[in-house]
Amino acid sequence: MNTTYLSTLHGTELPTSALHFIDTVVASFHRIPGSAIVIRYIRSSYQNDPIRSLVELFLFIFAVRYLLAPTYSTKKNKHVHLTEEEIEELVEDWTPEPIATQETDFERVENERRPVVVGPSGPKVKLQNGRTVTNLASYNHYNFANHPELAQKAINTVRTYGVGPCSPPGFYGTQDVHMKSEADIASHVGLPAAIIYAQSFSTISSVIPAFCKRGDVIVADKAVNFPIRKGMQISRSTVRWYEHNDMKDLERVLQRVVKEGRGKPLTRRFIVTEGLFENVGDMVDLPALIELKLKYKFRLLLDETWSYGILGRSGKGVTEHQNVDPVNIDMIIGGLAGALSSGGGFCAGTEEIVEHQRLSAAAYTFSAALPALLATTASETVTLLQEQPGIIQGLRENIRTMWPQLDPRSEWVRCTSAPDNPVMLLVLKEQVVEERKLSILDQENLLQDCVDEALLNGVLITRLKAMPIALGASPRELSKEWQPPPALKVCVTSGLSKKETEKAGITIRHAITTVMKSRKWQRVA
Amino acid sequence: MQKPLTLFSPPSPAEHAAFGPLGSRQHLYSSRFVGTEFPEPIEDEPPYYFLITTYISYLILIIFGHVRDFFGKRFMQDSYKHLRERDGYAPLNSDFDNFYIRRLQLRINDCFRRPVTGVPGRFITLLDRESDDFNLSFKLKGTTTETLNMSSYNYLGFAQSEGECADAAEQSIRKYGISFCSPRADCGTSDLHLQVENQVANFVGKEAATIHSMGFVTNATIFPALVGKGCLIISDQLNHSSIRFGARLSGAVIDMFKHNDMSELERLLRERISQGQPRTHRPWRKILVAVEGLYSMEGTLANLPGLVALRKKYKFALYVDEAHSIGAIGPRGRGICDYFGIPPSEVDILMGTFTKSFGANGGYVAGSQALIDKIRVTNAGNIFGETPTPAVLTQISVSLKIINGDLVPGQGEERLQRLAFNSRYLRLGLKRLGFIVYGHDDSPIIPLLLYHPAKIPAFSHEMLKRKIAVVVVGYPATPLISSRARFCVSAAHTKDDLDRLLAACDQAGDVLQLKFSSGVAGGQEAMHDGLMNEKQNEMRARLESGSEVVVTPPRWRLEDVIRCGVADVKQPLY
Ligand SMILES: Cc1ncc(COP(=O)(O)O)c(C=O)c1O
Repeated sequence: MNTTYLSTLHGTELPTSALHFIDTVVASFHRIPGSAIVIRYIRSSYQNDPIRSLVELFLFIFAVRYLLAPTYSTKKNKHVHLTEEEIEELVEDWTPEPIATQETDFERVENERRPVVVGPSGPKVKLQNGRTVTNLASYNHYNFANHPELAQKAINTVRTYGVGPCSPPGFYGTQDVHMKSEADIASHVGLPAAIIYAQSFSTISSVIPAFCKRGDVIVADKAVNFPIRKGMQISRSTVRWYEHNDMKDLERVLQRVVKEGRGKPLTRRFIVTEGLFENVGDMVDLPALIELKLKYKFRLLLDETWSYGILGRSGKGVTEHQNVDPVNIDMIIGGLAGALSSGGGFCAGTEEIVEHQRLSAAAYTFSAALPALLATTASETVTLLQEQPGIIQGLRENIRTMWPQLDPRSEWVRCTSAPDNPVMLLVLKEQVVEERKLSILDQENLLQDCVDEALLNGVLITRLKAMPIALGASPRELSKEWQPPPALKVCVTSGLSKKETEKAGITIRHAITTVMKSRKWQRVA
Repeated sequence: MQKPLTLFSPPSPAEHAAFGPLGSRQHLYSSRFVGTEFPEPIEDEPPYYFLITTYISYLILIIFGHVRDFFGKRFMQDSYKHLRERDGYAPLNSDFDNFYIRRLQLRINDCFRRPVTGVPGRFITLLDRESDDFNLSFKLKGTTTETLNMSSYNYLGFAQSEGECADAAEQSIRKYGISFCSPRADCGTSDLHLQVENQVANFVGKEAATIHSMGFVTNATIFPALVGKGCLIISDQLNHSSIRFGARLSGAVIDMFKHNDMSELERLLRERISQGQPRTHRPWRKILVAVEGLYSMEGTLANLPGLVALRKKYKFALYVDEAHSIGAIGPRGRGICDYFGIPPSEVDILMGTFTKSFGANGGYVAGSQALIDKIRVTNAGNIFGETPTPAVLTQISVSLKIINGDLVPGQGEERLQRLAFNSRYLRLGLKRLGFIVYGHDDSPIIPLLLYHPAKIPAFSHEMLKRKIAVVVVGYPATPLISSRARFCVSAAHTKDDLDRLLAACDQAGDVLQLKFSSGVAGGQEAMHDGLMNEKQNEMRARLESGSEVVVTPPRWRLEDVIRCGVADVKQPLY
């Protein structure tokens, strides 16, 4: 039956000998077990169209060539020929460096002084040494982490789903709670779809290489955070930098990229930047950025890890804060592990953009899904932010209380963060650094002393951590790498009253002054 | 005659849905490797016409795809607009990269990302869905189906919403809250973290350990913290995507060797050490050999005895990713060192994840105290990545205590022994029925080879009809030719569950013509102790020398498989 089907298919075009040949091939093919399935498959998805058969034949040949095409050789030609004995000798002689190098002094201090919390991490935390201190070091800005109702909902989830999903999302790891959180986040952000990753930190490192490939161009802000840098490195795209938040410089770079691309096949072009900068704390100028992006036809990836849930009336992020329609942004990446007290990160965009990531974003495809209890927590906190704008207002008030305690009141530091950013980054004033000739390492040590001094007085804050440097990189390469200036990090939370916030601010300011005036750092060069 | 589709009706959802009761003390076993040389499993091949028709079907699929694209791009421009330049923007996906997804994967999309609800334990509840646009999108029907779960990495059955782990997780949320909202380096270090790190270090037999909230990132960030320019990473060809991700970020030179092939690895080492760094010929600063303990697509175990011998001679650092083997392998569940009886000091870095055997999330790196101290401050995952949450940490901690026997003595041991028994039982059963399976006998991951692309969805559907959830994978996750279904055995499965699976495979195997093993890879009568290796070596020698191999293809009847299984799996398998 199948034979006749195929002969009529080809009959119109082919000479009888060929027809006969095809018939025998088909007949023997038919004898092969499993062929019935294949044939049923062919018939169900194909129509009786003789022209197509010809095209198909042509493509068949193409496909054979395609499969047999040799992969190009990567053999090195700088090979030195050695005898077996010589090799033995070289193997015996070779002594590797130890896999772990010695800690530096600064690293040792960091390891020793790392605070260990005993019990919950709230606005007041108990430390391992038994003291209870005010916690201005965690991203628990709304104190959702200890919200009793949220905790009960998380427990209910554990009682229905267990803890881990035990599978990546593609293989039965996508639970209904994940789909719900994705929908909740998408509608909050104001984009058609969203995809949830199991960790916030690594989300953008996987989003970037899912879209940016070798030959594509990424134009990035000089101050972008570490995971963005790693994502760009993995993508192998050409990276062009513009001065931090400098829209003029951005335009110059965009023009150059467009000019260089003229006459060549069009490649994908992206602008990557952050909403609130992890390393500097300030805010992007979205309206200007979007104007440029549209003018020069670049796609925009906006990392809102530090602004989602923080900025705007209902926590939608920079878009809400600066009154920008989110559809102008191609991808918005955000985190759920900070202010939202859950875990994981997300990328929102069109359906097409989201679906593409499900198959090609490494940290989504090849990693277990987010625990169900964190997905439900994310849904709940997103809803809370929208339904109770007072929550965000409370945080803003505390930020407004904290600011004047530190900047401009402190003689020594200034705050580089945007006024609505609850993560306040305090850098040493330029003239202080200059007067006392403080190297970067000096500044780090000095600020660590400030952290210690504040802790002695009952307030836990931290330092902004430098981005780890590539092992084995030469000093020349390192000097080209951008690093954030050393800074103190003060994370304001609405879990503290205004009074407490103010008091903590004074403690921090005094701690800085004490350190600056101490014998150790008094040295004037 | 129409055979019944649902072979057993699954028990009511409330009853043992997450963890099945042990049927008999007979259904226990403890696996460890004895001997000196670790044999590679013999890979069986189907008759040639299967291979040829597999290629042909891929060709047909590719041709169809191109033809449909050819016409589609002309007549249905709307559905192709994402592949074309649009108002001055280059297409987001290149046509070429997207071809497989559009033309191959889309056809079988309903076998992937099936949404689920509830505990991924012994059974898993699927949300039924349908598509009216050829798998482009799905609509939930609002109904659910409870299926036997052969897909989750729930090796020891700790995915539970009741029992010690869940109770402790609940307490933990009450005590610690939902999250620490901070990376380790700021103030995300709690007593719970330190406790779990200690437990992990003790468990794997290393001085210290660090933990991360995601296994993928554990690998992605550890390599740049260990090696860099002037260093060499030699990686098994089948290593997980996260290892490649991390290796690429490190900036070290990367080499690959054929999966588990120790002679190729040695050849590479000799070549690389004697030649030094490319161009400059300076000696390498460090060489790191990265392997996985248990390969999740192949079911093969790393040849640890071979690697350790090479490490002695060539002085490289050995990195073993125990994502799948920790908890799942070895008489005490401590991974492949335990299984081979090799002291953990012979491996420099032991990495693993908590997503599998422990029913939690995240990953760890264990090594010497100096190493861990160093990477606590240099590893980006520690500095910037959010810490694991309280519930997750408690799940890890309590499951570790159970495995160790510190909590509910006897339960951990039973879980380990059930897993070991179940793994061998299912594998032997499948071999005897005549299927080609890959991997080592003690592996809880059992890939069943399908070959034909058309059989990928067919097998998945046949299993779903029989209320069994399986994972199927094809190109590009596997080589073009070896599409497969993958079963992940769990301690939560009972022998009856596995018999139900065997029966389903028996039927599907007949309908889809999947029983094509030749017998070289086993499935024969059980043998007496000691004979197994002789027989297998004999077979291997014959295969290698190319001389005639006479074996009868095993095509046991289901009843016989089930009747002999329990006793036979405790014999050396062949
Ligand atoms: C070998 C290996 N390493 C690492 C991972 C990543 O672990 P996780 O799912 O916890 O991110 C996996 C998971 O699939 C794996 O198989």
